[in-house]
Amino acid sequence: MKKLFAMSAAASVMLACASALAADIQPAVLYDLGGKFDKSFNEAAHSGAQRFLEDTGIEYRDFELQNDSQREQALRNFARRGMNPIVAIGFSQANAVEKVAAEYPDTQFAIVDMVVDLPNVRSIVFKEHEGSYIVGMLAAMASETGKVGFVGGMDIPLIRKFACGYKQGVLAVNADAEVFQNMTGTTGAAWNDPVKGGELAKSQFDRGADVVYHAAGATGIGVLQAAADAGKLGIGVDSNQNGLHPGSVLSSMIKRVDVAVYQAFDDAKNDNWTSGFEVLGLAEGGVDWALDENNAALVTEEMKAAVAQAKNQIISGEIVVHDYMSDQNCPF
Amino acid sequence: MFETFILLLDSTVRLSTPLLLACLAGLYSERAGIVDIGLEGKMLGAAFGAGAVGYLSGNAWVGLMAGIGVSVGLALIHGFASITNRGNQIVSGVAINFLAAGLTALLGQSWFNQGGRTPTLSQGGRFQNIELPFAEALRDVPVIGPIYSELLSGHNILVYAAFAAVPLTWWVLFRTRFGLRLRAVGENPAAVDTAGISVVWLRYRAVIVCGMLCGLAGSYLSIAQSAGFIVNMTAGKGFIALAALIFAKWRPGYAMFACLLFGFLDALAIRLQGQELPGIGEIPVQFFQALPYILTVILLAGFIGKAVPPKAAGVPYLKERT
Repeated sequence: MKKLFAMSAAASVMLACASALAADIQPAVLYDLGGKFDKSFNEAAHSGAQRFLEDTGIEYRDFELQNDSQREQALRNFARRGMNPIVAIGFSQANAVEKVAAEYPDTQFAIVDMVVDLPNVRSIVFKEHEGSYIVGMLAAMASETGKVGFVGGMDIPLIRKFACGYKQGVLAVNADAEVFQNMTGTTGAAWNDPVKGGELAKSQFDRGADVVYHAAGATGIGVLQAAADAGKLGIGVDSNQNGLHPGSVLSSMIKRVDVAVYQAFDDAKNDNWTSGFEVLGLAEGGVDWALDENNAALVTEEMKAAVAQAKNQIISGEIVVHDYMSDQNCPF
Repeated sequence: MFETFILLLDSTVRLSTPLLLACLAGLYSERAGIVDIGLEGKMLGAAFGAGAVGYLSGNAWVGLMAGIGVSVGLALIHGFASITNRGNQIVSGVAINFLAAGLTALLGQSWFNQGGRTPTLSQGGRFQNIELPFAEALRDVPVIGPIYSELLSGHNILVYAAFAAVPLTWWVLFRTRFGLRLRAVGENPAAVDTAGISVVWLRYRAVIVCGMLCGLAGSYLSIAQSAGFIVNMTAGKGFIALAALIFAKWRPGYAMFACLLFGFLDALAIRLQGQELPGIGEIPVQFFQALPYILTVILLAGFIGKAVPPKAAGVPYLKERT
């Protein structure tokens, strides 16, 4: 009996040591439908987490959803295993985060693209309309026909926000330009249907468009493919997609989900965690447009100057880009 | 307007090709008395095989062979379960669907580490569009020009193969000895057996042909229509093909029209999205997305007439003295 007691005491000391050594955090990421290698939104989150791992050596856990019903289950699993902080990617996680965060008030949660008003949740949203405005300007300047296209994923206010900012940017350069808008679908499957994305892009090319911008996750791979096949230009989204088809991707609207994820992990590690509301726009470097060797030949000096000027004007407040989600309406 | 219509038909052809190939595949199998609910799984397996091998080899033909190989393999599993072992054909077909859905995602993840997706294929790994002779020269001729250069020209070889397979299937089924026996084995296998012809071997051959056509359909998705495999990329096309088969009353010619109709509705939904129609205004996207299903239900309910399946479909053949 005594021996047993000693053993268990030793074991508990060892456990205590182990947990002291791992006083570091145990972060976790939950991706949205589409998977972590969608070359777009979720992949940006993945690369942020991966960079944190490389910088600090702290392992993280992640999970890819197969269907909607797994959201809550996955979050609760993370929380129960003591993961902290838990970053949920995507607006669709809101309900699940709200529920699970209330159940585990000592665990820190973060959600990207949506606002959950709880004391232990950090909500990170981006001003996608500002970045979309910039790539809209690029599209209008690169277009020869004066017609450009937009392919969205699921038909939700967030994606309409992309579309509306884009349209405003296009019209700012060329008031007579025509903008074709298509949404892939109304369910989660719309994020993962490249064949349909390609067909939508082709239908826009047939109507005369020669630049097409997508905000459609993995569906957008088909959009960019169709653009490359047809000799037109595509514009990527969320991650830098210029390299997918060098020379055929005009630019990418980068949304720094990677920075948001990295920041969340880093703040938790340094005990700097803040809950509440975070808005990242052009001024904060949360959104931007991508220029690298893959699209350098497509972007003229003139275009660079024009977008640089517009960027400053947006940051200074001289140009106000309309936010679709503020009034659920696009005035253009 | 005319040009818009031609472009719509052009898109219809692209979208109905996989349906048509899968539908003809089901036709061979069901005409021989083997109900095949596993068209979806075979297509998915083939799409993965073609995508993976097409990426690794950089050769579309090698990819196609791999796609057909995977699909025939799955078809033989179905055959082994339902012909040799006389199992329930529906259960075996559903098992094929699950097997393909799970296995493709798993293997894709472990081989390419991209969440089950294959990397984007190089140009050589895909079937390129074929320009028919004089397509450029005839482009400006009114009426015939657009029809020839937009609608008929500029598809990849699998599209032409799919439409060529329709008269070929008709000829095989209704004008050859093999076809006669194949149809007989689906109607009355005992009579075929009495005539001294092996029911088992005939049915296996039908299932293999079914696997080959499903292989073409799946390969079309991953290495012709798009550039790589994506998890669950068939998205129910196998089941739509099965519906088209019933809709077409198990006849090759009707099958083509049923598949073209379903493809047309799909294309229409894509084209008309967000466009103003004269006199009606903009129709909500959701309406067009639901339209193919609504029409299918209406057509199936009222105007199809009577769909009579092959008499022995779904019934395992058991010789009396075994």
